Amino acid sequence: MATTPDINIERDQGNFHYDTTYEYDAGVGLNDQTIDYISKVKEEDEWVHDFRRKALKIFRDKPTPTHWASKDLENIHYDKIRYYLSKGQRPSRTWDEVPEEVKNTFERLGIPEKERAYLAGVEAQFDSEASYSNMKEELAKQGVIFVGSTEGLMKYPEIFRKWFGKVIPIGDNKFSALNSAVFSGGSFIYVPPGVKVKQPLQAYFRINAENFGQFERTLIIADEGAEVTYMEGCTAPKFETTTLHSAVVELVALKGAKIQYITVQNWSANVFNLVTKRGLAMEDAEVKWIDCNIGSRLTMKYPGVVMRGEGARGEVLSIALAHDGQHQDTGAKMVHAADKTASNIISKSISIGQGRSTYRGIVAMPKHLKGCKNNTECDALLINTNSRTDTYPAITVRGEQNTVQHEASVSKVSAEQIFYMMQRGLSEEQAMSLSVNGFVNDLIREFPMEYSVELKRLIDLEMEGSVG
Amino acid sequence: MNTLEIKNLNVTIDGQRILKDFSLTLPKGEVHALMGPNGTGKSTLAKALSGHEDYEIESGEALLDGEDIIGMEPDEIARAGLFMAFQYPSEIPGVTIANFIRAALTARLNEGETFRAPDFYKELYARMDELKIDRKFTSRFVNEGFSGGEKKRCEILQMAMLKPRYAIMDETDSGLDIDALKIVAEGVNKMRGPDLGILIITHYQRLLNYIVPDKVHVMADGAIVRSGGPELALELEEKGYESVTAEPAGASS
Ligand SMILES: Nc1ncnc2c1ncn2[C@@H]1O[C@H](COP(=O)(O)OP(=O)(O)O)[C@@H](O)[C@H]1O
Ligand SMILES: [Mg+2]
Repeated sequence: MATTPDINIERDQGNFHYDTTYEYDAGVGLNDQTIDYISKVKEEDEWVHDFRRKALKIFRDKPTPTHWASKDLENIHYDKIRYYLSKGQRPSRTWDEVPEEVKNTFERLGIPEKERAYLAGVEAQFDSEASYSNMKEELAKQGVIFVGSTEGLMKYPEIFRKWFGKVIPIGDNKFSALNSAVFSGGSFIYVPPGVKVKQPLQAYFRINAENFGQFERTLIIADEGAEVTYMEGCTAPKFETTTLHSAVVELVALKGAKIQYITVQNWSANVFNLVTKRGLAMEDAEVKWIDCNIGSRLTMKYPGVVMRGEGARGEVLSIALAHDGQHQDTGAKMVHAADKTASNIISKSISIGQGRSTYRGIVAMPKHLKGCKNNTECDALLINTNSRTDTYPAITVRGEQNTVQHEASVSKVSAEQIFYMMQRGLSEEQAMSLSVNGFVNDLIREFPMEYSVELKRLIDLEMEGSVG
Repeated sequence: MNTLEIKNLNVTIDGQRILKDFSLTLPKGEVHALMGPNGTGKSTLAKALSGHEDYEIESGEALLDGEDIIGMEPDEIARAGLFMAFQYPSEIPGVTIANFIRAALTARLNEGETFRAPDFYKELYARMDELKIDRKFTSRFVNEGFSGGEKKRCEILQMAMLKPRYAIMDETDSGLDIDALKIVAEGVNKMRGPDLGILIITHYQRLLNYIVPDKVHVMADGAIVRSGGPELALELEEKGYESVTAEPAGASS
């Protein structure tokens, strides 16, 4: 489109693949040995190993939730997936030490460049483990911890064990159980009381291998009055076979803390992206999810906030774009568990061609609470008559001392609108892109600058492929 | 060469023929008026020339400075220099007027040219002032919530900014009160000149008091039945379409 900076980039930015060898490989399929292997190479404590074993059992016992979710879940063949592939468990602290093809991968994705430009720390995960992990020295001096999950559990159990698996219990759903059994990678972050991390911390998740499953696990704890912004990006090459990505992300914002978690999900169209994300907000704390889903074959993700302390705030701002062959099943969960808690959900979905978007929301406000507020807005944009959108908002408000506001809209980019724009000299793609940008603009304005530029560019790239 | 030359155009919609051997030559630098009762195919002509996919062009030519635009995509036709001010302009939610015009101009840049924002805003504000459009409108979304008159002025604003070689104004006068009509007419008169040919589609004579055309064509049932000077518009106003179209085509030109 015309109004964003012209960055010369290929359309499928993430669609490339390097051949590489893995020193560590748990083989194909999921059984007790898979878990023993992962635990062993990571030299985990027995409690972590037990946690995994328990999780595997729960995963096996839980049915696939096709009674409410997409039947496409039946096309995941757990016995054909590789659950752990890595070149080693210890990430490098400098890019020079990162293996050549891995370094090339992240350079092509622009990660070291962004790190220099505006990031406080970066973790770059290649298949199962982080290859690179580094944070600015001044943050370490302030006591900020930013490491991978393996290192976090090993070196700082007194900090992380307390909350690990507490915001999202193993059995929350089938995929949180799967992640709990085979998790590897992801970030463990601790920000000490009162420390405000000004620049974002970034994690980049890259799938390189075919028939692979990536199961990162992230836990972020912002101690009292602390503030942190975390951004994650993800890409994978386009394979004929399906790839599985199933993460668990737990956030803990203690009294007066603020956590902002930003996702740009741009998986290739063969990836099943089944992610559980939830934050806990204590007294006067704030958890904000900014969640953008542009890629994948099927995404199921409903970021949530449990507002446990008085005055806590929760927010989910999300954009989903579903193309032919894609289903973005997204939403938000707001659990009000204290007085004067406030939540805000703004969801915008764009369905193109045969693409499908679904919004599912839950807002729970029990009767005994006072002065709670929720605002929910769901807007859907359809880009041709075959597109499909569904909205399933479930608001369970009991009690009269709370307020809830809900708005939903469905609109279409009409042929007349496109003709009008083309009559002014815009190509069909530019016209679509401008319309879509118009639809998401007021929401994107709420996002941090670097991120909104990136997102607009991704939308433009998506629209280029949508015409014809 | 310096003409928009429409030759024997036959256009159907849903299998029904609307334009029948329609011919018209609009030289650059002139203003022609195309008049006729509702349903004769005036808008059809505008949309078919603009490349709208619903309008099937069965035969005929439309040469824009010698280049046949029939079969080209709407955006190619637009960039070739044809502008249409819509009878019913579309709304574009979320896209501001400034961004929209900017995108349209950027789409016209040649290789190596860059968009110059300060010059753009300077010109945009000047044109808005002339058309008495509040500068706040730059951040309004295109046509969303506009009154009929605001929409039409916004069409003329776009025309002024995009500088076409030929412009077709489809009933720009409808829905305008007399003050707005004068403002629009003034704006159009400013654009008149050797580099622009204008076809004004209207079925009232009113607008032509303010934009005096070089020629007037009367259309009936898909073709031009009479052409003449500005006085033909007055005759129409006086006697009505029926008696004027009853006379043989070309009788007074
Ligand atoms: N999109 C369309 N679909 C079907 N019929 C149309 C369409 N546009 C115009 N028509 C028909 O074509 C004829 C000419 O219409 P139009 O060109 O709008 O006339 P005018 O602008 O002179 O009033 C009318 O009979 C009208 O009903
Ligand atoms: Mg008309």
